[in-house]
Amino acid sequence: MPNQQAESILQVQGLKKYFSVKGFRSKSKNQQVKAVDDVSFTLYKGETLGLVGESGCGKSTTGRALLRLIEPSGGTVLYNNEDILKKSPREFRKVQKDMQMVFQDPFSSLNPRIRIGESIKESLTIHSIGNRNEREEIVMDILGKVGLRSDHYFRFPHEFSGGQRQRIGLARALVADPSILILDEPASGLDVSIQSQILNLLQELQDDFKLTSLFISHDMSVVRHISDRVGVMYLGKLMEEADTDTLFSNPVHPYTKALLSAVPIAKVGKKRERIVLKGEIPSPLNPPSGCIFHTRCPFAMDVCKQVVPEKVEIQDRHTVACHLYS
Amino acid sequence: MNVVEVNVNPKRVKHDLKKQERSLLLRRFLSNKLMVTGSIIIVLLLLLAILGPKLTPFDPYEMVVKERLEAPSSHHLLGTDNFGRDLLTRIIYGAKVSMWVGFASALLSSIIGLAIGLTASYYRYLDNILMRICDGLLAFPAILFAIALMAVLGAKTENVIIALTIVFSPEVARIVRSRALVVREETYIEAIRSQGASAARIIWKHIAPNTISPLLVKATFVFSEAVIVEATLSFLGAGVPAPDPSWGNILSDGKDVIYTAWWMTVFPGLFIILSVLGLNLLGDGLRDLIDPQSSTK
Amino acid sequence: MEQPLLEINNLKTHFKTERGRVTAVDGISFSVEKGEILGVVGESGCGKSVTAQSILRLFDEKYTASYEGEIKLQGENLLQLSKAEMEKIRGNEVSMIFQDPLSSLNPVFTIGYQLMETIRIHQNRTKKQARQMAIDLLRMTGIPSPEKRVSEYPHQLSGGMRQRVMIAMALACKPKLLIADEPTTALDVTIQAQILDLMLELNEELGMAVVFITHDLGVVAEVCTRVVVMYLGQVVEEANVEELFTTPLHPYTKGLMKAIPQMDGDRSQKLNVIGGTVPALNAIPSGCRFASRCEFANDLCKEKAPDLQVHEGNHKVRCWHYAEISNKEAARHA
Repeated sequence: MPNQQAESILQVQGLKKYFSVKGFRSKSKNQQVKAVDDVSFTLYKGETLGLVGESGCGKSTTGRALLRLIEPSGGTVLYNNEDILKKSPREFRKVQKDMQMVFQDPFSSLNPRIRIGESIKESLTIHSIGNRNEREEIVMDILGKVGLRSDHYFRFPHEFSGGQRQRIGLARALVADPSILILDEPASGLDVSIQSQILNLLQELQDDFKLTSLFISHDMSVVRHISDRVGVMYLGKLMEEADTDTLFSNPVHPYTKALLSAVPIAKVGKKRERIVLKGEIPSPLNPPSGCIFHTRCPFAMDVCKQVVPEKVEIQDRHTVACHLYS
Repeated sequence: MNVVEVNVNPKRVKHDLKKQERSLLLRRFLSNKLMVTGSIIIVLLLLLAILGPKLTPFDPYEMVVKERLEAPSSHHLLGTDNFGRDLLTRIIYGAKVSMWVGFASALLSSIIGLAIGLTASYYRYLDNILMRICDGLLAFPAILFAIALMAVLGAKTENVIIALTIVFSPEVARIVRSRALVVREETYIEAIRSQGASAARIIWKHIAPNTISPLLVKATFVFSEAVIVEATLSFLGAGVPAPDPSWGNILSDGKDVIYTAWWMTVFPGLFIILSVLGLNLLGDGLRDLIDPQSSTK
Repeated sequence: MEQPLLEINNLKTHFKTERGRVTAVDGISFSVEKGEILGVVGESGCGKSVTAQSILRLFDEKYTASYEGEIKLQGENLLQLSKAEMEKIRGNEVSMIFQDPLSSLNPVFTIGYQLMETIRIHQNRTKKQARQMAIDLLRMTGIPSPEKRVSEYPHQLSGGMRQRVMIAMALACKPKLLIADEPTTALDVTIQAQILDLMLELNEELGMAVVFITHDLGVVAEVCTRVVVMYLGQVVEEANVEELFTTPLHPYTKGLMKAIPQMDGDRSQKLNVIGGTVPALNAIPSGCRFASRCEFANDLCKEKAPDLQVHEGNHKVRCWHYAEISNKEAARHA
């Protein structure tokens, strides 16, 4: 748990990613989808920040934009007080060594034709860490740390189960000794019993490697388990952000409340008040005016339809973008 | 997850695994009867093309006028042609030409097609230009296009190879490109990109190997098509020039005497069929064999 | 006692594979009462989906699969019906909805057309009547402005809407039994909540029994009345939902419940881990199938496979020493 004075390691300010969509029938030439719209947050050293939201909310795009796998349309990302979005590809490579990503689908994230040891080793080769023999040893070492055997080095991805592949994915992300890990739904495709193995392993590794993580997921309970702080996204915007315990015990944004109450709980007897949202997530091509959530919000007021709510800090380290609190 | 600490020598494991994989590949190859048949046919034809000239006592160019159009006998196993040359010897030398032309144009069009396909798939701004050129080339029927090219280049064995390479490269490029487009969207490409890999590394180490299997399959079919087109060109007199033997121009010589000397049409025809059949069986088998996912079965 | 709506006795589903016969569902028995929602839970590869598809005999019986045992729908054994008779059952008395609503709908036809087709296969209706029925069904499943929606194509609808259309289609002939195979897995939580509510409502209004197949214990707790837990092709535990969640007996069920991160309470505790992985179907252990991953397994478990035994009422469990385990755990907590 980071303390108040924890040093910030990554500052994201006004991050934007707009995709232009060529209209097929529409007369307007270029429509824009605001996949990530003015998202700001800070990662503090050693913490895990969870980013939750439903599909299409821009959480994965945010993660990819930080690594410039998708080139952001605007904003700044400060790492070591330098804007990494302005760096040339050559300079950015140094950042890539420090910032690694674990992908959701453990089946498609490994090249089927390359032995997994070689896949893991590539990161070392690219960043010129160690010589040939050393690299092999570093890889075997990391395989052990993620709970695999060193002789797995020479096997092909198809010989592994989903859980094992996710371990390989972790090994690949960690082999170059990064300081920031971006995890995009790392446990989603897995069965419950395997998911718990991966989550536990992840927590151990976070301690061992002193990692700072951005944990992207749609699964509220998993995010609650693993994160120190949580940000809730909806249609490309960050709606609420707070310490995990605060957010789960005292959510203030109507969307967060609805989202939390919609999660089915594996317990009986305790029937909760469930807020079932009306309607569907609006099309990002034609997002609602004002507060982006007003079309589904049970508390929507007139002002919500016109004015975009500002982010306000209602409590220490608890910010929300909603007119009810401004 | 039980972590079993096994003290293993990695080098040994690597060696054992590779051996295992090789024997598995061999087993799967042997279990595909059609592919084995195809391979045997092709190997025999290649041996014939390479060793045949040393085994035959005849000269493919030597005309013996009094032995014209002799039917197959113990002296001339497949008979003689209209200039009294031994037909088997001509076919053997023809095999050399046909196999060489087929192989060379398959290899060259694979290399060129791979380069074009990969470039087009990775650099999207080049895609439109390269693919429209390919489309333009593909719009001509292969044989007509080859004839036109031969008319420009002149009848010569090397020119046949060049013409066929130009004809078949766009086909290969298309296949490589479509496969590469699928591969570049895979998460493992994104993963390696997130590591900061250079474009060259992504293209050559990650995308290219994943296009090899459709490429290899296509190459065998190009090989067989090239054999046919070469034969056609030579048959029409636009390919390998006389008196050099090629299955196509033996057939061409034979067509005038088809009612009196059936062997001049039947035997080269049989060899063309056999080689094309062999290559197609091989290509089909390869398609099943080199898919890494299916190698666990 | 009243005859159950569906009674499955010792059902086995074998698949023909390149490497011989594989038994994906191995001797399962359970019944579904009229109007109840029975949950079938388990992880991937446990045979829950195969069970669902076996009930409707959806596998090709010539080349892919073969069945053994009994599937009795109101006393009639479905496994002995002819193909034509089976077709009358499907979509009429028993219908099914799937996980992926997009691939279950044909993209080239409007949803109205597809609904009308389903209606007219089983019922003698004019086009006009069928269209009206389609609109009513869409309205019943909570689709706004159904008159407009009937002439739309599947791609014009969102995932949640598509699943509603699938449900509407399944309800077309007022089936007695609905088999729902992971119907909300592909949906977002807020949409999932809507669909679950809809299914509960329909179950109550129409008195239609539901077999709800899912991997999500949370969903089970929310919608089901009774639960069957499956592991590697067998039923390992069966109980009323309250009992299952308050006093699970099988070590697998217990492990599973403790492996899920919670929405309240202490977060600092590590998640429970069920070690190892599910054995492959062609390497099924001879004794208890869970023995290799069970922390309580002893020699007996490894040698002899336990039967499903009645614990109390309709709480059944397949374990040699579930009682001891529960006592031990109680002692540990005390």
